[in-house]
Amino acid sequence: MCLAIPGKIVEILAERENLALVEVSGVRRKIDVGLLDDDPAVAGDWVLIHVGFAMSKIGERDAADQMRVLAMLGEDEAAMQEIEGYGLGEYPPQPAGPRPSGSG
Amino acid sequence: MRYVDEYREPELIAKAAQEIRRLIDPQRHYRLMEVCGGHTHAIYRFGLKDLLPPNIELIHGPGCPVCVLPMGRIDDGLSMTEQPDVIFTAFGDMMRVPGTHGSPLEYKARGADVRIVYSPADALKLAQNNPDRHVMFFAIGFETTAPSTALTLMRARAQGIRNFSVFCNHVTIIPAIRAILDSPDMRLDAFIGPGHVSTVIGCRPYEWIARHEGKPIVVSGFEPLDMLESIVMLLRQLNDGRAEVENQYKRVVPWEGNRAALKAMAEVFQLRPYFEWRGMGFISQSALRLRDSYAEFDAERRFRIPGIRVTDPKAAQCGEVLKGVLKPAQCKLFGNECTPENPVGALMVSSEGSCAAYYNYEHRKAQLTSLTA
Repeated sequence: MCLAIPGKIVEILAERENLALVEVSGVRRKIDVGLLDDDPAVAGDWVLIHVGFAMSKIGERDAADQMRVLAMLGEDEAAMQEIEGYGLGEYPPQPAGPRPSGSG
Repeated sequence: MRYVDEYREPELIAKAAQEIRRLIDPQRHYRLMEVCGGHTHAIYRFGLKDLLPPNIELIHGPGCPVCVLPMGRIDDGLSMTEQPDVIFTAFGDMMRVPGTHGSPLEYKARGADVRIVYSPADALKLAQNNPDRHVMFFAIGFETTAPSTALTLMRARAQGIRNFSVFCNHVTIIPAIRAILDSPDMRLDAFIGPGHVSTVIGCRPYEWIARHEGKPIVVSGFEPLDMLESIVMLLRQLNDGRAEVENQYKRVVPWEGNRAALKAMAEVFQLRPYFEWRGMGFISQSALRLRDSYAEFDAERRFRIPGIRVTDPKAAQCGEVLKGVLKPAQCKLFGNECTPENPVGALMVSSEGSCAAYYNYEHRKAQLTSLTA
């Protein structure tokens, strides 16, 4: 529930306000960056993601630390499942069929 | 010390543990409450208790949103699955939480349209993709999660979506801490403050705890070293006779919080006059509801909600455990009738619940030890 997942903003998308493409351990998903309006996210920023929304900006080192904490807590698989489960869409859209697992 | 070799900076961990031993008064018993369920999980997982002297007692606080939700609210939410066009959506954490007639997952097995979402935005998207159905999102969480629900509702209104509603169970952390401090059977020396809630609310809302209650509080990160450092900071305050709000998790938590998130919450939510917490009873101004301007998205106003109140099973002592009065293993049902595989109370369902955390790490460890002895 309180999972905060570190990810890197790859691109701010134009298709809708406050939509960004984020990458977490090689998996790319769309998330909402509207909660960062006071200090808008740009490509290259590292953020903590919670339930599909970027909740704060963090440093690159802190992002690596946070990923390690998730792994140590045994929550890294749940975190990747959450990221992969985000329904705002994959990017670029994936062809049907087996996909590589993203937990690498 | 099972996990000590997994620590990233073992020499710093050892140094912090040594500093804690140097700072304590061996004659004194220290009762520190970690408010956040994420910290509870980390404390058990990292075996932090093994690193602390025995006179430092960590009391597990109420910061697990699944755990504090009374069963009646789960029943109320599930009652909406009786509407033929409704799609019931909730986070995965909710799916195994027992209601009177079963968990959301059991309702699904019986044919109700129950779906897991990972984000409130996904529930809204589901509504857009199913214009002839009504999508209800069962919202839970503290201030970490509430802004995401708020922003989703703002997007829903901006897009003119009419087949989407939220059953709002968002709660706020400060009144829960106040209720614990007001509880006569609770004596605490200091608090380890929640990490991710504080990214939203900042550190200022805790100032009354220091100023008026005279209790130190340190907002903490989740790494073992973070939590040990926070305990060092608390002990220094106690030794100096200070009571202040300090921020150990500065790399993530700004003192002022996240103003955009607070603004979204203020736009969409208002405080309820009171709300029932499992095991803690009614706490005034401790939860959020949708403002009148968002009434059309409020499941409680759109549907006839039975308003069920359920007393917890008498033998289960979730309330005492939730308040930190009892340790998980002191509950009569712990490990017998109530296990993570077959939970009676919500504290056994969530990995952030103190019963599940205790069961998964301490209880299993003890069982293994007794088997190999």
